[in-house]
Amino acid sequence: MVLDYQIIAPADLHQEMLRLRAEKGMDFLVNLTGMDWGEEGFGVVYQLESTQTGEQINIKAICADRENPTLPTVSDIWDIANIYEREVYDFLGIIFTGHPDMRRIYLREDWVGYPLRKDDKPEEQNPLRMDAVPLSDETVCYEMGEDGKLVKRKNVIFEQDDYVVNMGPQHPSTHGVLHFRVALEGERIKKVDPVLGYIHRGIEKMNESMTYPQTLALTDRMDYLGAMQNRHALCKVIEEAMGVEVSDRVKVIRTIMDELQRIDSHILFFSCLCQDLGATTAFLYGFRDREKVLDIFEETCGGRLILNYNTIGGVQADLHPNFVRRVKEFIPVMRKGLKEYNDIFTGNVIARNRMEGVGILTKDQVIAMGCTGGTGRASGWHNDLRKLRPYDAYDRVDFKEITFEKGDSFARYMVRLLEIEESLKIIEQLIDNIPEGSYQEKMKPIIKVPEGTYYSAVEGSRGQFGVFLESRGDKFPYRIHYRSTGLPLVYAMDTVCRGNLIADLVTIGGTLDYVVPDIDR
Amino acid sequence: MKKPKIKSIPYEEFNDNETFESLVQKLNENGVNIVVKSLDDLFDWGRSNSLWPLTFATSCCGIEFMAVCAARYDIARFGFEVTRNSPRHADVILVSGTIVKKMAPVLKRLYDQMADPKYVIAIGGCSISGGPFRKSYHVVMGVDEIIPVDVYVPGCPPRPEAFLYGMMQLQRIVKVENFFGTTNRKERDPFKKEYEERSEKILASQEEA
Repeated sequence: MVLDYQIIAPADLHQEMLRLRAEKGMDFLVNLTGMDWGEEGFGVVYQLESTQTGEQINIKAICADRENPTLPTVSDIWDIANIYEREVYDFLGIIFTGHPDMRRIYLREDWVGYPLRKDDKPEEQNPLRMDAVPLSDETVCYEMGEDGKLVKRKNVIFEQDDYVVNMGPQHPSTHGVLHFRVALEGERIKKVDPVLGYIHRGIEKMNESMTYPQTLALTDRMDYLGAMQNRHALCKVIEEAMGVEVSDRVKVIRTIMDELQRIDSHILFFSCLCQDLGATTAFLYGFRDREKVLDIFEETCGGRLILNYNTIGGVQADLHPNFVRRVKEFIPVMRKGLKEYNDIFTGNVIARNRMEGVGILTKDQVIAMGCTGGTGRASGWHNDLRKLRPYDAYDRVDFKEITFEKGDSFARYMVRLLEIEESLKIIEQLIDNIPEGSYQEKMKPIIKVPEGTYYSAVEGSRGQFGVFLESRGDKFPYRIHYRSTGLPLVYAMDTVCRGNLIADLVTIGGTLDYVVPDIDR
Repeated sequence: MKKPKIKSIPYEEFNDNETFESLVQKLNENGVNIVVKSLDDLFDWGRSNSLWPLTFATSCCGIEFMAVCAARYDIARFGFEVTRNSPRHADVILVSGTIVKKMAPVLKRLYDQMADPKYVIAIGGCSISGGPFRKSYHVVMGVDEIIPVDVYVPGCPPRPEAFLYGMMQLQRIVKVENFFGTTNRKERDPFKKEYEERSEKILASQEEA
């Protein structure tokens, strides 16, 4: 959809945001995108949403000063803005005044330059450094002084006598290369400081020099357990921007594929969680069923994990003749598998004790931190985009949005297991009546998106996956920003872990279900 | 169904499993001490069938590695099933996934921490050459810039069969190593000098910057 936005001067920004939060109930900061508009200066696009009314407001703030760009922080209004603003600072060098922790988040602390600036040349200034990554225990906070000059103030992350344990980047249960610095009080966690960027691949910068069909390939490699949905989101935003309507057949195919991918992802979630808690048998059970989904994918798409299936205006290839039969065979197998999972792990006393009442997130917290997907639903937040704003074929199928109230690790675990069942139901309703039609709309050989700002989101395996696209009418995008599903979850780790045992950090991280390449991009 | 034929892929080489064996025979042509050789054979037989990999995964290829460890592809058939979480226990590091500039020192340290003899398998396009992220500003263009690689397994991600094939190639390498009598390949590593030079170069360029 096209983003309509109001432009607000930086001086009034904080006041206006407070007003929107209070009067219009804008309690969910969907996305925050840092932009380099060239001569206009730097800026940020805020996308706000009210969880009560569903109303959406988009705000654009521009600071014209290219030398010392500053904007007031909104991290005191929405919790999640804390980490989003750090990301913008890291990539664009915009200083947010009043932000408590203006550190780099993805790149090394001694990195030179800001890579997403259009005039920055990161390769030249930053050769491969082989000394250990510098990590400071102090951070800075900038305040706007009386005379309009920035005042630097020191903030402490870890005190001198804090007992800090490093977890990662090479740790088997961080689900990738994620680094937590954990301050402990005895065995209880006092503070968690995530250090990201160990798999930051610069996808957003690369996209700016790629044609639209080329950008598609990288989405699969971000969240590899939501490969279908990621690519779906990017195709969707480009199609909407160009005004392309895909055929009914494509819509149904995409829906089925998204759901198969969700099942794949949730099975892997289950398997890894069991593995982390020491239940190797359950891990093997999960992978046994997952292979069946991969077989279905492989026949039609050609790939097992990286699928490269959706294209702009359709899908890469028509369904394989065996597809319907295979899926129909798979559904009862999966149901049986689910029963086995419940028998072997859900009812297990140890698993229950490790998960029940541990790592509680309240509904207010998940909304403030933007934790969409299963994590949000486990705390009672109805955030399923398939229900809120149905896209593709989701308006013609009947399924339940699984929510829990408790918000502990066990609720997060159960949401995902029950969602597998719902996904099966969706597939069952669609598989018998896949409409006829073409699987690919005829597109021009060179795809150009009309000028404008667009945003589109799908319900990914672990939350709302959105794509923010700004086009200047070229065959290259001017800026693509992905609303990562995992970044809010990692940010939530600090809140959710405090006061819990260090041993439970693994369980909590496992049930939050983040995928690191999706966070780092 | 028509089988696609890609020009640049040397299909015959996949079936050519004898080259390595004939090479070994050539090496041993002039004869070695029978006691020493038998001892070496015994050692290498044991070592090649109990290679312990380090669980090291950065991205997509790691998920495929998990699939290889699971029941269907069953890595245990080859004796690789003892995945270790500590580099001190591991014989082989499978670099599965992209290595970025922030991760490079960590990978180097992991490699340094492993006990000799140690092996490296580069898995997937990213760790071989940067793969789809070759144009990126933050990706290392192949792990062989940092650590010496024994086997390359191409793919994005490679199929589980390719993983197994790559690991079997490593077994072959292990099988021809000598411990007694002749020099140990690892001790007089022909690549060692080259790598030292390269790391010195990296350090020098760092200081310049």
